[in-house]
Amino acid sequence: MGGMTITEKIFAEKCAKPSISPGEFVLASVDMALANDITAPLAIKTFNQVSDKVFDKKRIALILDHFTPNKDISSAEQCKLVREFARKHQIDYFYDTGRVGIEHCLLPEQGIVAPGDLVIGADSHTCTYGALGAFATGMGSSDLGVAFALGKAWFKVPESIKFVYSGKLREWVSGKDLILYTIGKIGVEGANYKAMEFTGPAIDELDMAGRFTMCNMAIEAGGKAGIVNPDQKTIDYVKDRVKREYKVHRSDPGAQYCDTIEIDCNQLEPQVSFPHLPSSAKPISEVTNARIPVDQVVIGSCTNGRIEDLRVAAKILKGKEVSRDVRCIVFPGTQQIYLDAMKEGLVEIFIKANCAVSTPTCGPCLGGHCGILAKGEKAVSTTNRNFIGRMGDTSSEIYLASPAVAAATAVKGFICSPADLESTPRRSKK
Amino acid sequence: MIIEGKAISYLQDNINTDEIIPARYLNTSDPDQLASHCMEDLDKEFLTRKKAIGADILVTGSNMGCGSSREHAPIAIKHAGIKAIIAPSFARIFFRNAINTGLPIFECKDPEFFKAVKNGDVLRIHADQGTVENTTTGKKHAIQHMPAFLQELIKVGGLVPFAKAIVKKSK
Repeated sequence: MGGMTITEKIFAEKCAKPSISPGEFVLASVDMALANDITAPLAIKTFNQVSDKVFDKKRIALILDHFTPNKDISSAEQCKLVREFARKHQIDYFYDTGRVGIEHCLLPEQGIVAPGDLVIGADSHTCTYGALGAFATGMGSSDLGVAFALGKAWFKVPESIKFVYSGKLREWVSGKDLILYTIGKIGVEGANYKAMEFTGPAIDELDMAGRFTMCNMAIEAGGKAGIVNPDQKTIDYVKDRVKREYKVHRSDPGAQYCDTIEIDCNQLEPQVSFPHLPSSAKPISEVTNARIPVDQVVIGSCTNGRIEDLRVAAKILKGKEVSRDVRCIVFPGTQQIYLDAMKEGLVEIFIKANCAVSTPTCGPCLGGHCGILAKGEKAVSTTNRNFIGRMGDTSSEIYLASPAVAAATAVKGFICSPADLESTPRRSKK
Repeated sequence: MIIEGKAISYLQDNINTDEIIPARYLNTSDPDQLASHCMEDLDKEFLTRKKAIGADILVTGSNMGCGSSREHAPIAIKHAGIKAIIAPSFARIFFRNAINTGLPIFECKDPEFFKAVKNGDVLRIHADQGTVENTTTGKKHAIQHMPAFLQELIKVGGLVPFAKAIVKKSK
């Protein structure tokens, strides 16, 4: 035995076994089980078939973030059902309008998920928490309903792929660009069933926001999880947030990987993923000249709705105006991020630049509400999926990019990089 | 377990959950309502086409069901009258959601099967033997054996009965 990966260590601990191997089917204890206003109603239905008592009211999080503030009567009914369940079972981490944030921004911010945790969520982007050194993965509502009752879920312990990012990131290159490039390289099925372990000097340099963004999109390569070995940045992030005990695991030097993929970041450019797959990534230098006009720019979401993302966008939008042909919508990830953005003057920058600033919601990312595309419209979005019809009409198109590229695009009206803003003299537009 | 039915095929890869059941319909979890929009953004005519063929086995390309964790996707397919899905591969969350909701799905790695299959072909899946027979072409193709754990899960009737048994044991 050559040692274990962080993923295997977490599974071994949660199964109370000294060691564990990829491919094993296990029933493991979960530290946190979450669902949202779309998936919780089905989970509650399953729960009611299994039990009348939740396993632990402190280990369940219910977040009404998708179709909220209630977009129509049906979604209001769904939220009501979840609210009543949360009250009945006195769920500690229940977040309703006014307190709610986008789940994957909110839970780490509030210290509800911690390093070493095994987290399951009825939301595919649950893998975001891997940035904390937790094993976090999306499942369906039935799995969550059962977990609400048992505190357990079944897993096939995944193999891990080691990604090694070397070199230094150039200006305007972010975690979003790293992950879009990675998905472009391995494809949307490239990590199916596997854990994607992100390592290397460029990951060490990346801030927590960038790591959350990378882990968030592991699912877009089919990954069961994205995961980063905790370091001092992780500990600094969680120390004033997490109020319970947690355990820090790190992969052993001799751990086994099914594959190792090395990526040199020195020459990496900002990336844009073209419709209709996250894997259709191109470097910005191949995109700008095409002058692809856009109708809408979305900045925010569980992928890129953190304060660091808003700072980058504001830096670019400061003193400028969104193109008359573009609607730019900014979604802070949580109420705290919204407040911080106000305190730092970012919201003022956005509003003066003619952006719409919204309350935290998943709304436009999944074509729910608050920014739906009409026939044939194009959007640049900092979200995570550009599938057909994801943001509106099936003939609309989504280009995925970083907050920097999104903000620059909002100003120019066509897809471009912030560097293109600097290099073009500011002349009056025709 | 033997499943027999008529094929309807969509052989493109990466059919995603937004195409299977668009998010604009996720303000309900009623199976029949979900089924009425099944595959709508992939093929608006899916339900009428399916009915005309009399199809109940869905054949797709690889990475079937990628995207969101919405269990509404296999529920919509199942309640639209699909008894089983055959694909070269499935996205992970879709795979477990299908198993958990009692929709049998089978991986077939034989490209000949997908090349030959036509809408309306009669397929016979022998889950225990690990084969799918296209009785129209007369050819048999291998399908992947389901791991013992998952067979057990399906045998007891899915995740809910499985969980109920655990609750009962602990009381």
